[in-house]
Amino acid sequence: MPDYPETDLAAKVIQVIAQTQRIPAESISLDSTFEQLKIDSLDGINIVFALENEFHIDIPDEGVQNMRSVRETVDGVATLLKQKTEATPPGVA
Amino acid sequence: MNRVAVTGLGIVSALGNSVGESWRCLSEGICRIRPLRDGGNPAYKFQKAAEACGFNAADHFSEKEIMMLERFAQMAAVAAREAIAQSGLRFDGELGDKTAIVAGSSVGGQFAEEEGYQRLYRDGNPRVAPLTIPRTMANAGASRISLEFGIHGPVYAVSTACSSSNHTIGQAFGMVRGGQVTVAIAGGSEAVFSEGLLRAWEAMRVVSPDVCRPFSKERNGLSLGEGGAMLVLENWDHAAARGADILGEIIGFGMSSDAHHITQPCVDGPAKAMRWALQDAAIRPEQVDYINAHGTGTAANDATETAAIRELCGGHADAVLVSSTKSMHGHTLGAAGAVEAVATLLALKHGVVPPTVNFGTPDPACNLNVVGNEARRADIRIALSNTFAFGGLNATLVMKKA
Repeated sequence: MPDYPETDLAAKVIQVIAQTQRIPAESISLDSTFEQLKIDSLDGINIVFALENEFHIDIPDEGVQNMRSVRETVDGVATLLKQKTEATPPGVA
Repeated sequence: MNRVAVTGLGIVSALGNSVGESWRCLSEGICRIRPLRDGGNPAYKFQKAAEACGFNAADHFSEKEIMMLERFAQMAAVAAREAIAQSGLRFDGELGDKTAIVAGSSVGGQFAEEEGYQRLYRDGNPRVAPLTIPRTMANAGASRISLEFGIHGPVYAVSTACSSSNHTIGQAFGMVRGGQVTVAIAGGSEAVFSEGLLRAWEAMRVVSPDVCRPFSKERNGLSLGEGGAMLVLENWDHAAARGADILGEIIGFGMSSDAHHITQPCVDGPAKAMRWALQDAAIRPEQVDYINAHGTGTAANDATETAAIRELCGGHADAVLVSSTKSMHGHTLGAAGAVEAVATLLALKHGVVPPTVNFGTPDPACNLNVVGNEARRADIRIALSNTFAFGGLNATLVMKKA
């Protein structure tokens, strides 16, 4: 599992959103809200699925509800990645 | 009861992406059953089918929309666009509430489901894509049309295998005739070219290794086809008041169930569907000029359909013109009734009966007045269109020249 420095993580999340929504990555910024990006609840489910695949994480339902903007999504993914690293014993990849 | 006018037609299939292209093939007897683009590995036992090769989703939908819509739903929507454009109707205001959509499909969207199963059972990956459900659902086409045009009345799907689309048109006809709605968009669509479905059809042993030859002695099975077709049915007075171009009229509908066998056809059920359709239309059998037959090209269907037509028409069976346009556009399954209703309405409008192509030696078991290989000019006024489905479900429409 690669380690994601914060800026790379944000870029990767934006890329996943762009691919899933079929919109250019340049149209998405950290401050974009899902409402501004016209991401509805079904789109959201699709994005969460793609993020789970990309980062090999499980995003719980309550986590999904807290992701209403790109920044919240990046923060949520970062938290889950951190929890995952902490849960992995030292020496295990 | 209201008269029911047809004020719009739309179709996509192996014949083309429009009514104009389709009529050219139908009236010139052009067979669009061609070598499969992907013959399978190992090769399917049949290598020919009527694929809608000219239908590219990207010509009609954005990338995001394509993600949401399976091919069968795309075909339903594109056919509806053509039909609605021709009708000239807009659905803002009260008409949006007084319009229905009934769209048929035998299996709905299968591609997403097959992808999901590959992940699940082949790859052992339990993560099935979240859009699988909305892509797969049989009402995806009906719902897409509703969303795109702002139609708020009764909207639903009907799934009765190969009779799906005659059932949808029959249901829509009933709603317009009875006054429940002013307009109904009815038809169906089917996209059968997924590997799982093709293997299942292969296993049924009803697909011709060559091309279907309905009513011929040489017939050895059906040819699979894909497509979508939609009709705009409209309260006659409403259509006349707005000066709409009335393309034809639906005057009767009959349906029956064989209660005989899950796949084997029988004579009685189809004969009842046709008889009840004529009773519904207040038409005598000898008034029927043309029958667009179910005519799949299987040994069993064509012989039983012949017997049913003979039972219905008696001596008039020697006179009534019969053809199966499946010989050109293939068996489009859940779309068949709609595709063939379009063909039948165009035949009435133009006074030209599209032929049964690939017609070889007449079969004594199919001793009907089959219009073989070349279209025939004829002053036809009343026509039937038959669909008979696995499960023993029969549905017949009666149409009249406007």
